[in-house]
Amino acid sequence: MSGVRVLVGTRKGAFILTSDGKRERWDVAGPFFGGWEMYHLKGSPVDPNRLYASQSSGWFGQVMQRSSDGGKTWETVGNKFVYDGVPGTHQWYDGTPHPWEFKRVWHLEPSLTDPDTVYAGVEDAALFRTTDGGQNWAEMPGLRGHGSGPHWQPGAGGLCLHTILIDPSNHQRIYIAISAAGAFRTDDGGTTWQPINKGLHSQYIPNPNAEVGHCVHRLAMHRSRPGTLFMQKHWDVMRTDNGGDQWVEVSGNLPTDFGFVIDVHAHEPETIYVVPIKSDSEHYPPDGKLRVYRSKTGGNEWEPLTKGLPQKDCYVNVLRDAMSVDSLDKCGVYFGTSGGQVYASADAGDSWNAIVHDLPPVVSVEAQTLA
Amino acid sequence: MVRVVLPAHLRTLARVGGNEVQVELSGPPTLRAVLDAIETSYPVLRGTIRDHVTEKRRPFVRFFACEEDLSHELPDTPLPDAVVSGAEPFLVVGATAGG
Repeated sequence: MSGVRVLVGTRKGAFILTSDGKRERWDVAGPFFGGWEMYHLKGSPVDPNRLYASQSSGWFGQVMQRSSDGGKTWETVGNKFVYDGVPGTHQWYDGTPHPWEFKRVWHLEPSLTDPDTVYAGVEDAALFRTTDGGQNWAEMPGLRGHGSGPHWQPGAGGLCLHTILIDPSNHQRIYIAISAAGAFRTDDGGTTWQPINKGLHSQYIPNPNAEVGHCVHRLAMHRSRPGTLFMQKHWDVMRTDNGGDQWVEVSGNLPTDFGFVIDVHAHEPETIYVVPIKSDSEHYPPDGKLRVYRSKTGGNEWEPLTKGLPQKDCYVNVLRDAMSVDSLDKCGVYFGTSGGQVYASADAGDSWNAIVHDLPPVVSVEAQTLA
Repeated sequence: MVRVVLPAHLRTLARVGGNEVQVELSGPPTLRAVLDAIETSYPVLRGTIRDHVTEKRRPFVRFFACEEDLSHELPDTPLPDAVVSGAEPFLVVGATAGG
């Protein structure tokens, strides 16, 4: 019997939501690591019971957790993240040089082939990798060594590397995104990197078309078309069909093109989802209506999805790692809010139900499809 | 043996019950020695009290003993006799911060 496991990271612990393939009734387990900020949890595509979790605290720093039984039990693994060589500086908010300092792991991306290999995107922005199940982490220094690193500047959430996408057809090709530096690509497994921000236009930086400096909030890819990426930028929803060499805007008829999440339907590579958020300063849904917008045309033409979502007095946010899809038929779509709700759709977004209403603010959501 | 009081989050992380743990120091009884001993006995606490590389105390962690704040003392500062003898505990404290 197929099923779904949804890994939820919150400001005050982790939760694991499970259901059978119908996705009507859910079991809620947790909190795990209560009181700690759980920025991200993700399972290995090779071994779904192998989970990794980023646990952090403003008091006690970074802790890494690993489970080998689908989250029933956890063991603490290595938490030593040391930048390669002399870390150097990036730009601070005021434009002055600021030393690179490790703060936390934002995103974990397990290898597509090896359950012991995981990539970690961290703040201050860098890419780390473990090949021994999380016991030891080493920086992949080519990214910060690209040359533009001293010019990277933090976004409001920090200088975070928040997105890692591995090309399933060519594991040497990896895409990452940093707020507020932009998107980067390696074609040699992480040794060298190039910025892939051509076509992005950001009016909040001195040169709106600069090579780096764009506040990319999230990238998404369908595994059948790894050269096509979708991006939710600070403002603008974008797509590329050539691996990031050139981006075009596909915001179309969205009520606002600001937002954090973006994801792709598991079976329809041109069906994408965003949650428009009112900005620049409010960061809640326009008109107090929580609406997921779906495009079945790869952008530009968007339809609001509202059935089951609050359509008045709703002022939550949906953060960048807080949307995910399962691969059942029909495709399940999940997202979590700053108000502690995790919404699920078992019909590709046509209708929604809150699996849970009252969790701590949700930071991340990852859906696993279980055989 | 030195008695150490850990904050709740670190007790949970180290999977210890009760408020106190006891650690055995190797070498002279200094601030550094007690932190080394804590990390030796509970490796999962490495990096949570002080930085892995610089060994600098994390900003929101404090060290108290015998009603004194030892947080800003140098690492080789001797521990108070009452801590060494076990009469008084060494306290690792998560600062009250955040409103």
